[in-house]
Amino acid sequence: MSEAAIDTSGMKVTDEVVIEIQHMHKWYGEFHVLKNVNLTVNRGERIVICGPSGSGKSTMIRCINRLEEHQQGHILVDGIELTNDLKNIDAIRREVGMVFQHFNLFPHLTVLENCTLAPIWVRQTPKKDAEEQAMHFLSKVKIPDQAHKYPGQLSGGQQQRVAIARSLCMNPRIMLFDEPTSALDPEMISEVLDTMIELAQEGMTMLCVTHEMGFARKVANRVIFMDGGEIIEQNEPEEFFTNPQSERTKLFLSQILNH
Amino acid sequence: MASMEQTAPQMDLLRLWRDKNARAVIIQILTIAGLFFFTFWIVSNAVTNLETIGKGYSFDFLFEPAGYDINQYLIEYTNRSSHLTAAVVGLLNTLLVAVTGIILATVVGFILGVLRLSKNLLMGKIVYTYIEVVRNVPVLLWILLVHGMLISSLPSPKASVSDGWDFLGVSFLSNRGFYLPQPNPEPAFWATVIAFFLGIAGAVVFRRHARKVQDATGKILPVFWVSVAAILGLPILVFLVTGLPIVWSFPELKGFNFVGGFAIKPEFMALTLALSLYTSSFIAENVRGGILAVSHGQTEAAHALGISNSRTLQLVVIPQALRVIIPPLTSQYLNLTKNSSLAIAVGYMDIVATIGGISLNQTGREMECMTIVLLVYLCFSLLISAFMNWYNKRIKLIER
Amino acid sequence: MTDVTEQNYPPGKHPSLPPPRNMTGWHVWIWKNFFGSITNTVLTFLSIFLIWQIVPGALDFLVFDSVVNAGSRAECREIADGACWAVIVERFEQSIFAFYPEEERWRVILAFILLFPTVGILLFDGFPARAKLMKFTIAYPFIAGWLIVGGWGLEPVSTDKFGGVMLTLIIGVTGITLSLPIGILLALGRISKLPAMRIVCVAFIEFIRGVPLITLLFVASTMLNYFLPPGVQFDLLLRVLIMVTLFASAYMAEVIRGGLQAIPKGQYEAADAMGLKYWQSMRLIILPQALKISIPGIVNTFIGLYKDTTLVIIIGLLDVLGIMKTALADPKWNGLPEEVYIYTAIFFFVSCFAMSRYSLYLEKKLHTGHKR
Repeated sequence: MSEAAIDTSGMKVTDEVVIEIQHMHKWYGEFHVLKNVNLTVNRGERIVICGPSGSGKSTMIRCINRLEEHQQGHILVDGIELTNDLKNIDAIRREVGMVFQHFNLFPHLTVLENCTLAPIWVRQTPKKDAEEQAMHFLSKVKIPDQAHKYPGQLSGGQQQRVAIARSLCMNPRIMLFDEPTSALDPEMISEVLDTMIELAQEGMTMLCVTHEMGFARKVANRVIFMDGGEIIEQNEPEEFFTNPQSERTKLFLSQILNH
Repeated sequence: MASMEQTAPQMDLLRLWRDKNARAVIIQILTIAGLFFFTFWIVSNAVTNLETIGKGYSFDFLFEPAGYDINQYLIEYTNRSSHLTAAVVGLLNTLLVAVTGIILATVVGFILGVLRLSKNLLMGKIVYTYIEVVRNVPVLLWILLVHGMLISSLPSPKASVSDGWDFLGVSFLSNRGFYLPQPNPEPAFWATVIAFFLGIAGAVVFRRHARKVQDATGKILPVFWVSVAAILGLPILVFLVTGLPIVWSFPELKGFNFVGGFAIKPEFMALTLALSLYTSSFIAENVRGGILAVSHGQTEAAHALGISNSRTLQLVVIPQALRVIIPPLTSQYLNLTKNSSLAIAVGYMDIVATIGGISLNQTGREMECMTIVLLVYLCFSLLISAFMNWYNKRIKLIER
Repeated sequence: MTDVTEQNYPPGKHPSLPPPRNMTGWHVWIWKNFFGSITNTVLTFLSIFLIWQIVPGALDFLVFDSVVNAGSRAECREIADGACWAVIVERFEQSIFAFYPEEERWRVILAFILLFPTVGILLFDGFPARAKLMKFTIAYPFIAGWLIVGGWGLEPVSTDKFGGVMLTLIIGVTGITLSLPIGILLALGRISKLPAMRIVCVAFIEFIRGVPLITLLFVASTMLNYFLPPGVQFDLLLRVLIMVTLFASAYMAEVIRGGLQAIPKGQYEAADAMGLKYWQSMRLIILPQALKISIPGIVNTFIGLYKDTTLVIIIGLLDVLGIMKTALADPKWNGLPEEVYIYTAIFFFVSCFAMSRYSLYLEKKLHTGHKR
């Protein structure tokens, strides 16, 4: 990725709160994974979450669309509280898109069918409209010509871009990225990051678990550092990288920046 | 040097042996020649041996009267029918057991496979025990055990009536078989049959229509329930409206056995039950493996898109699981069909018991009878594996 | 989700707390595993119903109301109406040795005992002095054959005296041992580059796999002697052994082919690059790896074959099942099929279950081995 600055005119943070996490705790059996997590996200924010492996970053964002259950505290997405109410869960999942580390494309469906599956069966969109919309997003991630291939025929970077397009087809208001580039070969990372930057420039609210610090510097308006299931510190990227507050953050940054 | 002194033709052979392609050809020619001589040898042995005892090789005996009785026949058969007819009766009996067994085994196997994965600990353990016990005991033993239990625990026809081995007073379970009322349709019954086929056609048409509506407007129509209503509801309605046009012939005790009705013979029952019991345990494991083979990420991705649980099953899990399940499933079907040859152990007259058993013993035509039996089974296998290859090609996930 | 009063800890100092009461403990465990949802609750009650229906009756029949000491079926019935195990007790020794002369039975036992170290050497990597002892495993079939059949100083025993567990083991072990080399050749032939070789092997394998074993056994019992030169007669056991071996080798070939195809192409190329000839590269590089990953499949084939040995009773050999069935013909014990079948079933279940556990364990071990 080039170090050139990007056009940030479309990135505007509003006052509207879209995600609110209050005193959230989570356990896996006896193991305390998330400890007293508090986080407020406004519309238009681009948040990068980093931290050593096992620090609970993925678990936290997976709680936001209820792929994981939390046991204490509150999570509100778009003003709706996440409980066991299946209707609320489905409603929230429609508003929140998610991109996985391992893409999780459906191997038995073509790229186009991957993109139209949820709009057709969840939003009840007519097939033609769903396909038009899918082609629109596939062009946006720059692979409209692969629409009729199967995921297995694409490279990792292409697959991840399809996964992004697939999420966008539901017109989500928030996008979650769970280490979207960790399973990719180095030369494919930038094509995925470019797509994500473009998304940010259009004002999408994004929460992104990643170790791509270049991406964080350019796009994020906030960087969160997690360790041991807690948010240790959060700051604007410039401050965060030049002047980390806690010792653990300093150690972590020195490990990932000077290798 | 030794090689220099060798004569010219030997040199050529040696050079040929060194050449990669020539060597390949030589090896193949030798193999085929060896095989040819072996075949020639055993065939000439057979010819000599048959000559000494004065037997030929001919299928004429097939048209002679068989002279033995078969207690279950799907086409007209008496002991004056030919051996060929006996063979066909046996073949049909094999197919009957195979088809019934396959349907039963599939239904039971799928239910068990899903139950095995249920979160309920108790049910999981029960199904696990069932599967392990059933599949680690030879199928022949199951056939004998089920047959033995049926014969020894079921009462005689007389006792069946007096001791209450009946269902609603019209069906009787006895050691002579399971006697059920036989439906004899009146002419008006045709309306119901037609309604049934119309129902199926209607369901197909509705399914297409629903697909079109969904493509055009996005609206999802209740295909499943409408199909159930059309296929089951419509015929039942017509049946009632036309005034129940079926006369039942009820089994009645006359002397030592039942008269009337329709009987499922204990041999058939034992064989079918045992075969489907045995095969279902293997199918259950296939089903379990197939469902587990769909990675957790797939369901998560579908959920993250807001797709509900049941739709995730329908659209993502089942299509992928079936790809894994169906190839081993077909080979289980083939196994069941081959295992049905154990019918002879309980006296059920299948293809092996008729042409390969009694006909063989009566006519002494071992070669001819065994050729027929082997060819029949080979045809089954080839048909099933042709289907499997076709299916595998069709569903193969396209990858680079 | 109950709210607890949050103490404020400085960032990074929050201690790990035990999970809230409502998510641990035995009551939560029971709730989760038995009553979590409507389906779950229904399944629990269904299971309890099934257990209540089957287990007490089965226990009564098999254990509490059963009779072990009695002289005949009639005596059994006088004592209790459960299972009459007396028949098994009386016929137990016969179910193992059949009609093998009593004073020679030590030979069978010795052959059986020797089977264990043989199998151990073959299957367990850590066996002491394994490489040296391999010669013993090769000699074992000959030693066992000599012990059981006799000759060369031992009293010869005719094969129609064989039966019971002994016969089951003889057929199973012979079948699997002889089918291994044939199966390897067939598998190599099937993936060979020479079309004639391939066609011959595919035809053989598919023919054998396409027909039921019982028809092959019929071929053995009714017509195999026709194919031998005039005057040569094999006895029934030998003919059965030939057919069972051919049968097993077709299945074995498919298992080994799976193993051969799982070896990465790089191994074949590396062997070629080292200048090894075809048989050298197979013997030294490819087969050792392929056989190792095929072991679970081979064990499964053995289990299948072992269960299939029961089929020989249809052509008149008396294996465990056959010998026990003769008891049913005895007027003293007439009418006790369940006891006899259950005894045989337990015999097969115990041995097959143990073997399938072993193959599962191997599969797991191989799996982790590949991950590393």
